[in-house]
Amino acid sequence: MSVIDVQSAITEAHHEEWARVVAALTKRFGDLDIAEEAAAEAFATAVERWPADGVPPNPGAWLTTTANRKAIDRIRRESKRDDKQREAQLLYDDDPPEPLGAIDDERLRLIFICCHPALAMETRVALTLRMVAGLTVPEIARAFLVQEAAMGQRITRAKAKIKAARIPYRVPSMEDLPTRLSGVLAVLFLVFNEGYLASGSDSDPVRHELTAEAIRLTRLIRALLPEDGEVAGLLALMLLTEARRTARVSASGELVTLDEQDRGAWDATLIAEGHQLVRERLAARVAPGRYQILAAINAVHTSARDVRDTDWSQVVALYDQLVRLDPSPIVALNRAIAVAELDGPEVALAIVDRLDHSLAGYHAYHATRADLLRRLGRSQNSRAAYDKAIELATNTAEIAYLTRRRNQLGQAVSPPA
Amino acid sequence: MQYLVSVIDDKINPGSTDRRPAISVFNERLIAEGYWVFAGGLADTDAATVVDNRGEQAVFSDGPFVESKEYLAGVWVWEVPDLDVALKLAAEASKVCDRKIEVRPFL
Repeated sequence: MSVIDVQSAITEAHHEEWARVVAALTKRFGDLDIAEEAAAEAFATAVERWPADGVPPNPGAWLTTTANRKAIDRIRRESKRDDKQREAQLLYDDDPPEPLGAIDDERLRLIFICCHPALAMETRVALTLRMVAGLTVPEIARAFLVQEAAMGQRITRAKAKIKAARIPYRVPSMEDLPTRLSGVLAVLFLVFNEGYLASGSDSDPVRHELTAEAIRLTRLIRALLPEDGEVAGLLALMLLTEARRTARVSASGELVTLDEQDRGAWDATLIAEGHQLVRERLAARVAPGRYQILAAINAVHTSARDVRDTDWSQVVALYDQLVRLDPSPIVALNRAIAVAELDGPEVALAIVDRLDHSLAGYHAYHATRADLLRRLGRSQNSRAAYDKAIELATNTAEIAYLTRRRNQLGQAVSPPA
Repeated sequence: MQYLVSVIDDKINPGSTDRRPAISVFNERLIAEGYWVFAGGLADTDAATVVDNRGEQAVFSDGPFVESKEYLAGVWVWEVPDLDVALKLAAEASKVCDRKIEVRPFL
C-alpha cells in the first residue's frame, strides 16, 4: 500500500471513527477528558504504525481497542490507593463487544452533551467541533480567530463543568428532545454560517472547512434521527447554500449576489440532493419548522435556471410562513428583499424603514436599504446607506462588493459643474 | 449529587412578594419526590455582618461582603441524580418564586 493510500485511509478513519471512539470511551470511562486524550493518542499511534504495519482490516475496531488501552494506561498511571477498586473493575471490562447500534447511540449522546444548554453557545460550538468532528484545538482556534491557548482553555473549562456539575451523558427524554435537538441544530447552523460568511479582515471570505464540517455533522445527525423534519430541513438548507459557494465569490474576491451569479457554476449534485430532501419534507405533510421553510426558499431559488424565472410570489409566501414562526426583524428584512422583486422597491423600502429601531447596527439592513434606494434613483441616500453598510460589514468579499456598488453610484450621478 | 440552589432577587426590579404559599406547595413536592435537603429564606442583606479574624483581632463590619443590585434572597439544597433534573426543577422554582435561580454543584 502506498504512502498516499495509507494517508487517505487514516483521514477516512478519522472522519468515520473519531466520534465513535470518543463516544464509546466516554460511555465506558465516564470522562470526556480521558476519552478525548485516548482517542487522540490512538490516532497518533495509527499515523505511526499503519505505514509500516499496513491498515488493519477493521480500522474502527483497531482504533477503539488502542484507545481503550491508552485510557486504561492513563487511569493506572493516575490511580491512587482509593482508586484500586475502580482499576480492578476496568481490568475485568477489557474490550467488551459493542453492538453497532448501541455505539451509534453513543455518538448521539456525545452530540447532546457537547450542545448542552448549561454551556455557553461559543463553548458548545468549540466542544462539538473537538469531540464530535475531531478538529484539533489549533484548527478550531484558527477557524474562529481565537488564540490557541484561549480556545484550549475554553474546551478544558467546558469538560470541567460537565464533570463538576454532572451534566448527564444521555439522549434527552422524548419530552425534551425537540428543544434540545433545536439547540444542537443551532450549533451546527452557527458553524456553517461562520464558514459561509466568515468574519475577520484577515480571513478568507468563505471557510470551506467549516461549511464542510457542519454538513458532515448534520449528515451524521440525520443518519441517527432520520425521521426528524428539521434535521432534514437544515441539511437541505446547507446543501443548497453550499451548492452556490464557488459562484458566490468572484475571482477578484468580491461577493457575487444571487441575481448576478453564474448559475452554471452551481453544484448540480448538491442541488439535486437538497431538492430531494425538500420534496421528502413536503410529502411528509407535517407543518414545517424554520429550517424546512428556509430550505424551501432556497429550493425555489435553485430551481430557476435564470434569475428572471424565479417564482417570487412563492418566495414571499414562504417568508410569510416563516414570519408566523419567527417574527424577528431579520426575517422581516429578508422577506422585504423578496417583496421588492414582487411589488417593487418602494413597497419594500417602506417595510425596511420600519425595522430601523432593531436593525440599525446590522450591515445587511443598510446594504438592503442602499440597494432599494439605488433602484429608486435616490443616489444620495443610497450612498449614505452604503457607507454605513461598509462600516458595519466584516466579510472581506462583502465589503469589496458594497464598495464597488457605492463607487458605481458616484459615476451615475451627474458631476457638479 | 447535591446542588446549592440560590434564589436571586433584584433590588431595583424585585420579584413579587406573594409567592410564599406557592413556594410551600413546591417544597412539599420536593420532599415527596425525595429531592429536598434544605430550604431557607434569608433576611435582607442589611441584616448581614461580615467577620474577619485573619489578623490580630476579629473585625466586624456591618452589611454584606459585597454590595450589588442582585443579591441572594434564599437557598435550597437539593439531592438529585444529575444537572438535567436540577435544571428542570430550577425552571419550575424560578416560576414559583418569580425570581432568577442559580444552580451550583457541591464538590
